[in-house]
Amino acid sequence: MNQPNDPAVISNSWDSLKQFTPARIALGRAGISLTTRASLDFQLAHALARDAVNIPIDFSELELSLSLLGLESLTLNTQAENQQMYLQRPDLGRVLNDVTLDCLQQTTPNYTDAVIVVADGLSSKAIEHHALPFLTLLLPQLQAYHLAPVCLVKHGRVAIGDAIAEHYAARLCIVLIGERPGLSSPDSMGLYFTYQARAKLSTDADRNCISNIHSNGLSYKQALKKLMFLINEAEKLKLTGVNLKDETTEMTTDNQLQWVNFLLD
Amino acid sequence: MYKVHLAQLSYDFKTLRNLMAKATPSRSGDYLAGVGAANNLERVAAQWALADVPLKQFLNEALVPYEQDEVTRLIIDEHDIAAFAPISHLTVGDFRNWLLSEQATTEVLTSIAQGLTPEMVAAVSKIMRIQDLILVAKKCRVMTQFRNTIGLENRLSTRLQPNHPTDNPAGVAASILDGLLYGCGDAVIGINPASDNLEATLRLLHMLNDVIERYQIPTQSCVLAHVTTTLKAIAQGAPVDLVFQSIAGTQKANDSFGINLNLLNEARHAVLELGRGTLGNNCMYFETGQGSALSANAHEGMDQQTCEVRAYAVARKFKPLLVNTVVGFIGPEYLYDGKQIIRAGLEDHFCGKLLGLPMGCDICYTNHAEADQDDMDSLLTQLAVAGNTFIMGIPGSDDVMLNYQSTSFHDALYVRQVLGLRPAPEFERWLQQQGIFNADNQLLQKSEVPALFKASLQKLGR
Repeated sequence: MNQPNDPAVISNSWDSLKQFTPARIALGRAGISLTTRASLDFQLAHALARDAVNIPIDFSELELSLSLLGLESLTLNTQAENQQMYLQRPDLGRVLNDVTLDCLQQTTPNYTDAVIVVADGLSSKAIEHHALPFLTLLLPQLQAYHLAPVCLVKHGRVAIGDAIAEHYAARLCIVLIGERPGLSSPDSMGLYFTYQARAKLSTDADRNCISNIHSNGLSYKQALKKLMFLINEAEKLKLTGVNLKDETTEMTTDNQLQWVNFLLD
Repeated sequence: MYKVHLAQLSYDFKTLRNLMAKATPSRSGDYLAGVGAANNLERVAAQWALADVPLKQFLNEALVPYEQDEVTRLIIDEHDIAAFAPISHLTVGDFRNWLLSEQATTEVLTSIAQGLTPEMVAAVSKIMRIQDLILVAKKCRVMTQFRNTIGLENRLSTRLQPNHPTDNPAGVAASILDGLLYGCGDAVIGINPASDNLEATLRLLHMLNDVIERYQIPTQSCVLAHVTTTLKAIAQGAPVDLVFQSIAGTQKANDSFGINLNLLNEARHAVLELGRGTLGNNCMYFETGQGSALSANAHEGMDQQTCEVRAYAVARKFKPLLVNTVVGFIGPEYLYDGKQIIRAGLEDHFCGKLLGLPMGCDICYTNHAEADQDDMDSLLTQLAVAGNTFIMGIPGSDDVMLNYQSTSFHDALYVRQVLGLRPAPEFERWLQQQGIFNADNQLLQKSEVPALFKASLQKLGR
């Protein structure tokens, strides 16, 4: 696989274009096919993305870490009993199962401003990698708020937060969830924020989303800045969703050279 | 009421819509919608009953009421009785036999296309095996033109899809050049913009136009923005070749996309007025996909494959250059695994071709579907055998903006080599003139960059 010396591999001389895009360009070829290296590179990325979807979430570490921070947590399950059901029936991932519901109803909620829900979604790896570091930054910012126990949901979709927020009569609902994994971002976490979330009434148009939180995407600090802006605005406007615009500015990483088009300029 | 007695059991299917849904080969989206067959026997019972339905019945029993759905009105109002006449006496089961027979030649299939409704075509596809879908599709021929000729026999075209996470011009250009140097881009150079706003769309439209003009590439460009954004771009004098839009098979689903037939008609006339096609006037590019109506909660009780084929009636009205079924993009809640994706891709291609559309396929999957590269290779090979019009070409199969996997530049070369398929003739000539392909349509055996692009790369100081 020592490509430069392999007589069967034809490499491409336009390698320098790789500086402009994360796309898999200038791969070279064996005959007209992918080289062994390019083919195995792809398989590696796909394996990471597949495992992120299919390896079941393990909340035990998160539970322990939260308790060390002095926070109570609850582990809840949805009506999606297994991974296959979860993937094929998004509707079941939005409803808590009966056992969980009973257990939730036995806890008499104190006065609550906000709930934080952590759900595996489509990437358990995203939650395992990013939930705790993000919560560690977020919690000190929410000291003025009465929080419900952090709810850890297995096989959950975004809307599962609505039922939980309703149970606690919470004004603010923050859902951290694993996003659909890309080949280059298997562990991307999303954050959905809903004001006055209510089961079966809240829709996607009522939420604000902060997407792409991972090591090559949005940093924890950037995500936190956006969320705190949205929380403050939501408290003023008494709403979230399409009528609440995120006005924080993006920090762009593109350098000037990249805005010059070598094919034309 | 559609009745059948089978294996000591009696089945009643109340409506044609219900019968069609129960007869559909198993797929997750129909279970999510609650319309699929309860078990294998019910499915096959529905297939038996469906085979006995006269084709004429589809003209009498609309699956969505005429009064409430403009797609139904389009299908019924534009049905060509004269073209239908030669097959009007057949049942769905007879129609399958007829399609497979020697009587159904390329010329005959072309002549009946306007006499077929989407529901007739969807129905017959439900009782066809994969080899039937391939055999009949292969006999269909649909040719379209803008700046080159798409759909000729033994040709396979490719859409060069140079997406970039932030629409960065140099990033887009890098993927375009990579694709061209691998012989890709004769169907269209088509970008999905990262953000659907006018400014980004204008910037990309001008850039694609300048590249095509500067390098004299016999192809067309498209920025896959919403039709209303493209209309605004046209009003501002932007160089639009093809108008893009995602379409679906019910009025309600199209509403959710923010479109209707009038709007598509307006867009087609606006782009026709620009007169940018040199060989022909097919100037629309449509995308579809099984499950899109259900995901908008607008399937009207139909199965997802029937909804999909109804979208082709919308496409057909506007004489598109290209129609692309984006088969595995929507996720496992609609098509669960490789098996379901493969069958859906071949159904869509067959149904589109039979209705007279220039049908291509985005052979693709997401990372939460039970599918992998082997499944895509199977579908790619089968579609190419079936005479599929075009596929996508994405660097290394990895779309870094949309986060899914489709076919690569290498995949197109593979399927062209094993089946002896060639690019569109005008584009083929350009590839040979630039020294990208040799006279036998093979990539040159050296890693040298063709003279045309040398100066551009030298600027980068490599």
